[in-house]
Amino acid sequence: MITIAYSGRGFTPAQAHAPALALEGLTVIYPGASRPAVREVSLSIATGRRAALVGANGSGKSTLLKAVAGLLHPHAGSIRIYGRPVGACHHRVAYLPQRGEIDWRFPVTVERMVMAGRYVHLGWLRSPKQSDQHQVLAVLEQLGLADLAQRQISQLSGGQQQRTLLARALVQEADLLLLDEPLSAVDAASREIIATVLERLGQQGKTALVATHHLDRLEDEFDQVFGMEQGELTQVQNLYASLEVA
Amino acid sequence: MIDWLLAPFRYSFMQTGLVAATLVGITCAVLGAYVVLRRMAFIGDALSHTVLPGLVVAYLGGWSLFGGAIIAGLLTALGIGWVSRRGAVREDTAIGVIFTAMFALGILLMSKVRSFRDLSHILFGNILGVRPEDLIQISIISAGVLITLWLLHKELELTSYDPTYAEVIGIKADRMRMLLLVLLALTVVTCIQVVGVILTSALLVTPAAAAALLTNRLPRMMFIAAVIAVASALVGLYASYYADVASGAAIVLTCTACFGVAWGYNTLRTRQSRV
Repeated sequence: MITIAYSGRGFTPAQAHAPALALEGLTVIYPGASRPAVREVSLSIATGRRAALVGANGSGKSTLLKAVAGLLHPHAGSIRIYGRPVGACHHRVAYLPQRGEIDWRFPVTVERMVMAGRYVHLGWLRSPKQSDQHQVLAVLEQLGLADLAQRQISQLSGGQQQRTLLARALVQEADLLLLDEPLSAVDAASREIIATVLERLGQQGKTALVATHHLDRLEDEFDQVFGMEQGELTQVQNLYASLEVA
Repeated sequence: MIDWLLAPFRYSFMQTGLVAATLVGITCAVLGAYVVLRRMAFIGDALSHTVLPGLVVAYLGGWSLFGGAIIAGLLTALGIGWVSRRGAVREDTAIGVIFTAMFALGILLMSKVRSFRDLSHILFGNILGVRPEDLIQISIISAGVLITLWLLHKELELTSYDPTYAEVIGIKADRMRMLLLVLLALTVVTCIQVVGVILTSALLVTPAAAAALLTNRLPRMMFIAAVIAVASALVGLYASYYADVASGAAIVLTCTACFGVAWGYNTLRTRQSRV
């Protein structure tokens, strides 16, 4: 069956040997703002790595993720995802927004919300099939949400909401996951589940860039750490290098 | 009893009115679910008022009232979407300015018409005056709106609760909103024949608002809203036939009564769950 892709650009294959994400002098300025929210950031994340983006509120973490997700247009610099420009292949990038950006009172169930992760593969005019349904149920099981599948999204706790958003990103089968504060206001059980899932993603060759405030377990949960301050990249720590040397 | 129920529908104008009210009720209720959930009630009300100058110009020029209303409605929908998209003016402010200006223009034009009574059916609706050719137009628009909502259900639903994620996967949330405004403009025009300019927003908002109190599933909400709208249309027609009251007002008041029952049920259920 023909897929009418949302962006109209189709599915572009990844460039061979290109890093999962490469930023070169990325600068983002919000309309009307006097100074950039992200200033001349250059970084590279290889396929299969888990990278953390740390920094205080307003340091530019979310802006950087939004630019990579194609929600903000760069003022200068370039973004390459698997060697291709932003938007060349929407299904390859999954974005997990901050919980505040979602209308949680909307009448949809957990299952229906997670199913939205399949929409990028379905495109216009196609409804989810049984295979999509199976995929959703498997991911709900993996994230401990199977019992909540028919629950309305407003009836979830903070940790359950965050796991639901992660489930949607997983169902999309993306290669690069951009997660904006997935650990904020989550209980210990949810944090463990999310950490396990992130670890498994790395083993499957998937790449994750995670904006986080939680600095306590960075070395256990991430391969790379990028520190940001006032829109600039101030620190790069390659934890995988030290591990490999050791 | 059966005679009492069937008696009004021995007349062809009552049959036509029933079909028109059912089509308009279902369309308004289904679209109204998005209007309520996306907090677009103000714009729905505004659109119904802003078609007035289009109707009056068409009346004065001897053209199709339907065509005049559709053009005015679409221009308003696109105008509001365009002005608020630029960000310099907030959307509710843009609606407030355009809505009152268009309605004032409509009233000004109406004052040029020989008799105010000539256009009173535009303000208050006249379901019993629906002609077979009007019914064809209502059917085409209702079918078009419902089919569009069905085909784009998953995209409209997603952009309603998570426009950011929708944008990331390539669905333009502002275009979906613009599409909803256009569907709203078309629906409002069909609705004016049934309840008139002033009461149109009630058919869009009240059945869906009542249904939202009874369920937390979108398809079920649309179905319940449609049942309320059709039942209200029936009650309104009977009231109009037997009590000789304005049918549009009777339809709207029945919808309001349904909302009252739904609100009472919801309040009781919430209290019981707290105990």
